Amino acid sequence: MLKDKVIQYVLWGSAATSILIVALIFIFLGKEAFSFISEPGIEKLFSSRWVPVSFTLEQFGLYPLITGSFLVTILATIIMIPFGVTGALYISEFASNTEREFLKPFIEILAGIPSVVIGFFGLLVLSPIVKSLFGLNTGLTAITGALLLALMAIPTVISISEDAIQSVPSSYKEASLALGASPLQTSFRVVVPAALPGIIAAIMLGMGRVVGETMVVLMVTGNTAKLTLSPFDSVRTMTATIAAEMGEVAFGSSHYAALFWVGIVLMLITFGLNVLAQQLLKKYQMR
Amino acid sequence: MKNISIILLLTIMVFTGCNSGKSNAKAHSSLTIKGSDTMVHLASNWAESYMNSYKDADISVTGGGSGTGIAALLNGTTDICIASRKIKDKEVKQAEKQGLDINEIIVSRDGIAVVINPENPVSELTLEQIGKIYTGATTNWNQVGGSDAPIVLLSRESSSGTYVFFQKRVMNKKDYSQEAMLMPSTSAIVQSVSQDQWAIGYVGLGYAVEAADRVKPIQILNKAGLSPVNASVKTVKNGSYPIARPLHFYTNGDPVGLEKQFIEFCLSDAGQTIVFETGYVPVN
Repeated sequence: MLKDKVIQYVLWGSAATSILIVALIFIFLGKEAFSFISEPGIEKLFSSRWVPVSFTLEQFGLYPLITGSFLVTILATIIMIPFGVTGALYISEFASNTEREFLKPFIEILAGIPSVVIGFFGLLVLSPIVKSLFGLNTGLTAITGALLLALMAIPTVISISEDAIQSVPSSYKEASLALGASPLQTSFRVVVPAALPGIIAAIMLGMGRVVGETMVVLMVTGNTAKLTLSPFDSVRTMTATIAAEMGEVAFGSSHYAALFWVGIVLMLITFGLNVLAQQLLKKYQMR
Repeated sequence: MKNISIILLLTIMVFTGCNSGKSNAKAHSSLTIKGSDTMVHLASNWAESYMNSYKDADISVTGGGSGTGIAALLNGTTDICIASRKIKDKEVKQAEKQGLDINEIIVSRDGIAVVINPENPVSELTLEQIGKIYTGATTNWNQVGGSDAPIVLLSRESSSGTYVFFQKRVMNKKDYSQEAMLMPSTSAIVQSVSQDQWAIGYVGLGYAVEAADRVKPIQILNKAGLSPVNASVKTVKNGSYPIARPLHFYTNGDPVGLEKQFIEFCLSDAGQTIVFETGYVPVN
C-alpha cells in the first residue's frame, strides 16, 4: 500500500518536473529582465529602433524585432500550408502502400536535418536564387528565411495533419463516395473539413517551430533591425537578436536586461501558439 | 566508516581544487584560447605550428567575438583571450572585482579592409565617404562617383570588436545606419560581398588577402592630393593606412608554463613570420 503511494508520488514528481522547469524559466527571465523597468524604463521597449551598441544613445525598441519575427513566421506559414496539407492528404488518402513507405521516412529525414546545415544551404544556394529571381540587391531577405523555415516546419505539419486526416471516420468518406462524389471531391470537401481542427493545430505547431528557430534566420535574413513588412527586405528576428548579442553583452547592463525582455516576448508568443494548438487538438479528439 | 568517507571526500575536494585553473593547464599541457573572430585564423596557425614542434602541448582555439573572449577570461573558462579591441574600463573593473589581474600583450597589428564586389567600378573612397555610407547619409553608389545603384550595407554583429573599432575610427562614433545588415561572421560578409554586386563590407586584412579573388579592397584616399592607399601589410606597418589597430592577448596575471612559452613563441621571429604569412602585420 505504502509502496504504491511512493511509486505514485515518484511518477507524479517526474511528470511535474517539466512544469516546474517551465515555471523556473519564466521566473529566471523575469528576474533578469526586472531591472529594466526602473532603469532605463519599460517605455523604452515600445519604440521602433533597436540600437544596443552606440556612443550617443542606446535604444531598445522591440518593434522591429517583433515585426521581423512576425513577417518571417507569416510568410513561412503561407508557404508551408499548401505543401503540408496537400502532402498529408496525399499520403493518407491517395498514396499506395509502397509510396507511403518511401515518402514517410524521407519526410522524417527532412525533419532531422540540423538547422545550421539548412542555413548553410540557404546562404550558399537559396539566397543567390532568391536574389536573381526577384531582381533584388541582396538575397538575404525575409522571404529567403521564410522559405527555409517552411521547409523545416513541413514535416511537423504533414505528420500531425496526417494523424488528423486518418482519424476522420471512414463512414464519412463512404457516404460521400456513395452519393457519387469523386475521390478528389470527397477529400477536399469532406475529409479536409472534418479534419480541420487537427490540421489547424498542426499548422500552429509548425508556426511555433518557425518562431523559435534561430540559426537559419541568423544566417540568411540579413539581420537588419528596421520596421518593415516587405518580404524582400532583410529583417532581424527576436531569436537571432538574442543569439547574436547575448555572447557579448555586459552582465547586468540595460542591454542585457533588454535581451531578456526579448526572451519573455518570444516565450509568450510560442506559449500562446502551443496552448491554442493544444486546445484545438483536444476539440477534435473529442469528436 | 562515516569518518573514512568524509576524509575521502575532503581529499577529493583538495585534489580537484589543486587541479583547477592554471596548475591544470601545466599538468596536462593544455591551453585554451578564445575570442575575436578576426584573430581566430592567426591564433590557430600559431597553435598548429607550436604543436608541431611541441608534440605534448594541446592548444584549442575558438572564436565568438572579442567580447565573448573577455567574458570567458573573466569567467575563467579560457586561459588566453584574443581580442581585436582594447579591454573596456567596465570589464577591467569587473575583473578587479573578481580578483583577476588582467595582463595585456600586443601580438600583432591588423588593418581593416573595406571590400566591395569586383564588378563594382568604384575603387577609391575617402574615410569620410565610407563613414557617410555606414551612417546611412550616403545610400547610392552614384553619390560617391559610382553607378546608379543602391548601396547594400554589410557590417559585423555588435558583439564584434571590429564593429566597435570601425564605428570609432571611421564613423566618428555615430550610429550605424538602420539599413545595415549585421552578419554573424567575417566569412558571411566575404560570401555576401562576392555575391551581391552593390554590397560593401569590412573585414580583417588577413581575410581580404585570402579572398582577393572574390572581393575587391577599396583604396583609401587620406587627403586631397595624396595618392590612394591600398590595405596591405606594408601600408599598415608604415602607418599610411588609416584603418589599423593592434591585436591583443589578454591573460590573467603574468603567464606561466605553457601559456608563457606559447606567448613567447608568438612574439618570436618564427611566430611573427606566421603573422605575416596569415596576412596580418608583425609588431616589430
